[in-house]
Amino acid sequence: MSNPAIQIENVSVYYGQTPAITGICLDVGEGEYLGIIGPNGGGKSTLLKAVLGLVPISSGTVRIYGKEAKGSRTVLGYVPQFSNVDKNFPITLNEVVLTGRMKAGISPLFRFSKSDREAVSKILEKIGIAHLASRQISELSGGEFQKMLIARALAMKPKVLLLDEPTASVDASSQEQIYRLLDELNKNMTIILVTHDLLAVSSQVKRLACLNGKLVYHGEPELSEHVVNSLYGCPVDLIAHGVPHRVLKEHGEEKTE
Amino acid sequence: MIQALFKYHFLQNALLAAVLSSIVCGIIGVIIVEKKLVMMSGGIAHTSYGGVGLGYLLGFEPIIGAFLFSVLAALGIGYIKRRGAARSDVIIGLLWSLGMALGILFIAIMPGYPPDMSSYLFGNILSVTKTDIKLMICMTLLVVIAITLLYNNWKAYLFDEEFANILGMKTAFLEYLLLVLIAMSVVALIRVVGIILVLALLTAPAAVSALLTSSLKRRMIYSVLLGCVFCIAGLWISYELNIASGAAIVILSVLCYLTVYSVHSILSKSKRKRITAGASR
Repeated sequence: MSNPAIQIENVSVYYGQTPAITGICLDVGEGEYLGIIGPNGGGKSTLLKAVLGLVPISSGTVRIYGKEAKGSRTVLGYVPQFSNVDKNFPITLNEVVLTGRMKAGISPLFRFSKSDREAVSKILEKIGIAHLASRQISELSGGEFQKMLIARALAMKPKVLLLDEPTASVDASSQEQIYRLLDELNKNMTIILVTHDLLAVSSQVKRLACLNGKLVYHGEPELSEHVVNSLYGCPVDLIAHGVPHRVLKEHGEEKTE
Repeated sequence: MIQALFKYHFLQNALLAAVLSSIVCGIIGVIIVEKKLVMMSGGIAHTSYGGVGLGYLLGFEPIIGAFLFSVLAALGIGYIKRRGAARSDVIIGLLWSLGMALGILFIAIMPGYPPDMSSYLFGNILSVTKTDIKLMICMTLLVVIAITLLYNNWKAYLFDEEFANILGMKTAFLEYLLLVLIAMSVVALIRVVGIILVLALLTAPAAVSALLTSSLKRRMIYSVLLGCVFCIAGLWISYELNIASGAAIVILSVLCYLTVYSVHSILSKSKRKRITAGASR
């Protein structure tokens, strides 16, 4: 990899005495589209948060474009898990997305400039939620809310976009729109996608990382049965859900339906 | 009462105190209700009782003691919460009782006849002095300046702290500042409704305005206005009927919240019915 956007070197994160992730080494190249999958509690969100500096790293280093990450990381756009955001806060969609244009530190009497507002309305246009700009966030559907969170991350003009399960609690058509959008964004942006959606993994991402406390697999998005087993540790369950084979080999057919 | 207002200084002070405390509790109350910090505010308020006792014991102005204790409690709670070492509700509960206990202890070991503490516990807007007013003006100004200067920072921080962190905002600073502002508001309100009743004045106007509007700025403005109405009407009731002002203000606020809440739920129920009726037709 000639030009890594993010270098994760031997990173471990502990919550108290409990290790969440241990000894993760992972490079994410410029322009890559990396999917991270793994079971619940496998440390997917923790890894994202470690990269973002939201949880303290116990050991190891995270480099962002060659520099050790410290303080503000505005080259990273973050789309948090839907359920972690207060949906009843009195704020409109437009105002939420505008917060992505705020500056680091404390800015007394901060006002959004005209270019900030224009940039935001362009993003809303692109994502297709411009008509909802003045809507209170409590009145948004799951899909609209998720698109708003993506818009907010984009408003930071990031080079890398990190998404934590952007399609959880989103209906099928919004899911498809979100994936199409990510595909489009990937043309000039590095994307890291944490997901439970194995279907997305196979059809969307260019590389795959499987995380279960440790990095189990990293490479092409073709899952062997062996990897899936060591990842979830319960092949019966997976076959019952019909996940690995159907997902990895037959997604092309599904689209033609 | 209008005539008396021109005649008596204490009534003018009371009116001024009512307006000042409404401004504070309107602005901070909305934040407390949104951020679910009501119990923390209760803890900060009750801890300040220790400061009142210390003031009497050492012979300085009790309200200064209350200020010191509540700011220390706020910073302590914030520090422990940030460290994540202990559950913050436990710490709040402990400080809550410790503050009261210290207050009782200080008053007990104080030489001479014990002072009447009920004006600090339940508030007496009619006994507000010039010094109290000066202190309240300072607190109100600080709160208003801190909130308006950093309004957009506050909004981003209150909505999504994690994201504000990624943006590089100083969220630790904002958190501590918010706690200190809460402490200041509590101190400003103690003379009006007292330590025990302060929670109602912090939450009722904010809760009522939350039912009326869903814009943060408008919520704050409505809360300030509602607080004014509650305080002044409560003051009038307490003057006319000769009952404790703190109690009058609190009872009025809670009754108003309950009324607005029931009207609001009846209205939204009938609106829902209309929509279903329209849809089925």
